[in-house]
Amino acid sequence: MQPFTVVTGIAAPLLRANIDTGTIIPSRFMRSRSINMGEKMFSDWRYNLDGSENPEFVLNRAPYREATIMLSGTNFGCGSSREAAVYALLRFGITCVIAPSFGEIFTENALQNGLLPLILPEEVVASLVNADDPTLTVDLHACVVRTPDGREIGFSIAPDRRMALLEGLDETALIQRYTADIDAFRAADQNRRPWLYQR
Amino acid sequence: MTPRSLFDKIWDSHVVRQLAEDRFLISVDRHLLHEATSRDAFDGLRRRGLAPKSTAATFAVVDHDVSTLSGRTWDSYSPAAERISAMQENCQAFGIDLIDVNDPRQGICHVISPELGITLPGITLVCGDSHTATSGGLGAWAWGIGTTEIERVLATQALILRKPKTMRVNFNGTLHPGVYAKDLILYFIGQYGIAIGGGTAVEYAGSAIRALPVEARLTICNMSIEFGARSGLIAPDDVTYQYLAGRAHAPAGADWEAAVAQWRALPSDPGAGFDREIDIDCSAIRPQITWGTSPQDVIAIDAPIPDPGGAELERRGPMQNSLSYMDLTPGMTMEGLKIDFAFIGSCTNSRLSDLEIAAGIVRGRKVADGVTAIIVPGSTPVKRAAEAAGLDRVFRDAGFQWRESGCSMCQTLGGDSVPPGQRSISTTNRNFEGRQGPQARTHLASPAMVAAAAVTGRITDIRKLPAIGG
Repeated sequence: MQPFTVVTGIAAPLLRANIDTGTIIPSRFMRSRSINMGEKMFSDWRYNLDGSENPEFVLNRAPYREATIMLSGTNFGCGSSREAAVYALLRFGITCVIAPSFGEIFTENALQNGLLPLILPEEVVASLVNADDPTLTVDLHACVVRTPDGREIGFSIAPDRRMALLEGLDETALIQRYTADIDAFRAADQNRRPWLYQR
Repeated sequence: MTPRSLFDKIWDSHVVRQLAEDRFLISVDRHLLHEATSRDAFDGLRRRGLAPKSTAATFAVVDHDVSTLSGRTWDSYSPAAERISAMQENCQAFGIDLIDVNDPRQGICHVISPELGITLPGITLVCGDSHTATSGGLGAWAWGIGTTEIERVLATQALILRKPKTMRVNFNGTLHPGVYAKDLILYFIGQYGIAIGGGTAVEYAGSAIRALPVEARLTICNMSIEFGARSGLIAPDDVTYQYLAGRAHAPAGADWEAAVAQWRALPSDPGAGFDREIDIDCSAIRPQITWGTSPQDVIAIDAPIPDPGGAELERRGPMQNSLSYMDLTPGMTMEGLKIDFAFIGSCTNSRLSDLEIAAGIVRGRKVADGVTAIIVPGSTPVKRAAEAAGLDRVFRDAGFQWRESGCSMCQTLGGDSVPPGQRSISTTNRNFEGRQGPQARTHLASPAMVAAAAVTGRITDIRKLPAIGG
């Protein structure tokens, strides 16, 4: 997994609540490896029905086309389990979403891919919106967000999740270290519930 | 001994090892795969040079993006052919039994898992799909996972988890005529909002749940994710065991007796603790219909659309967005609103009992002019059973399209979608913007309400639809 340490970049404000993963990447763009999911991210908002860009949408405006951070509303990434929502954000270039809360499956998927789902209260997220200088620094070492006017806003994240992101931990490899435990568990369980181990 | 909940018991019996204060290695009993989210997981196995740890625990089906048109083949809907073909090749390469498009067992993963007895009480079951909680209706702990976790389960049959908080929702009392499982769960989400279940495993209990047949229990559990709960469970009982007996992957013979004896110990002990407990009086529930673009934007069919000005501050913006997208105004009732599409299908409401309820309303009536009405049975076995009971004739005679099984119009798959600006009433689970197609407008309701709207052409109070010939 790609580690997440420090990112400095443009923060795009999309302050809507309940942005679901199907809005981030509609299912029709998950079909083929030839589709650039970064281009199709937020497709229904970003493009008109004729395929032209919607000039009102934040990611179609300078400097937000180059955004690497997104500011959003509560319950970001609710809905479908599709990890493609995370792939789309990363492909676009966004490695951190700052929101008051996140969908649970989205959070897991983000953490597995080095995308930081950063939780801050709604009014603090709103205070990070700065049209004149939308550059933010997110520092996972120090657990702070730095603003252009010199503010430092602390955030919290579970220590194990922080370390996993900083190190780019491969959790599958971690589980494989416990293969003997898993095998012993399954052998004992097979005695208890033999029907689960046959087809 | 401390009284334990159903969830606690399943959790305790699946902990392989505690890794840290709040991190546990959990054994996964059964795993469902489908073509929409598994491709990268197989590629991950290849990169690591790994084989699946248990092909016996792994069940695969092509369901999401298949054509639902009569005479379909795996590549009838050409935009999906690449990933369906990848699914076929991956299952072949890794020795996984694939239920392919025209297999007689084929269907939506959350419909076939109970139907084939893949889902069993007390098991851990995962799938790369957020509606995996459906299987909780049989007393399984079932939850949706992402693609990295699919790869992990294929490789290890285990996941590292934090223990979720628990919540119990008691549905008490009896249901009024015209009120179904779908109305119960929509009502709950409307009352408590889409954030209430975040981080919890939910148990549904109470006299109304006990009185529900298994298929209706599956509908309730299906929508757990719509209020943030990754899993939803209902304690198994004799209704559950009757449903499961004789199913293909359920235990048989002496194993069956041993299994039922174990399952009888699963229900929550008296006095079991929950982090939160909520009581719902079912006598207050009328047929439900969503008006907005979130499942919490739901009202009784005879209630007015709420005014965002009267809502909690943080709900106002989303409600305004909903009203604008849906082209509706506060104060109006949904009754009488013209519809363009009526869709009966999805892992929420596409089982035989759903089709029977719908057919009971459609029988002797015609689909209204200007309405496209589509039935997509949840599985090929559901379709065959409905045909054996003559339900297909009822629907076809009325002017419904009678399709093959798949996810279809629930989320713009297999070539099925609602055109921009058109209004759909649907038995599905999500009314999100664009869910049924770009700029499509979706109203969620029970199969009875969708059937009634299909024949009247308008959103209709099912309780007011006159009986045919009566």
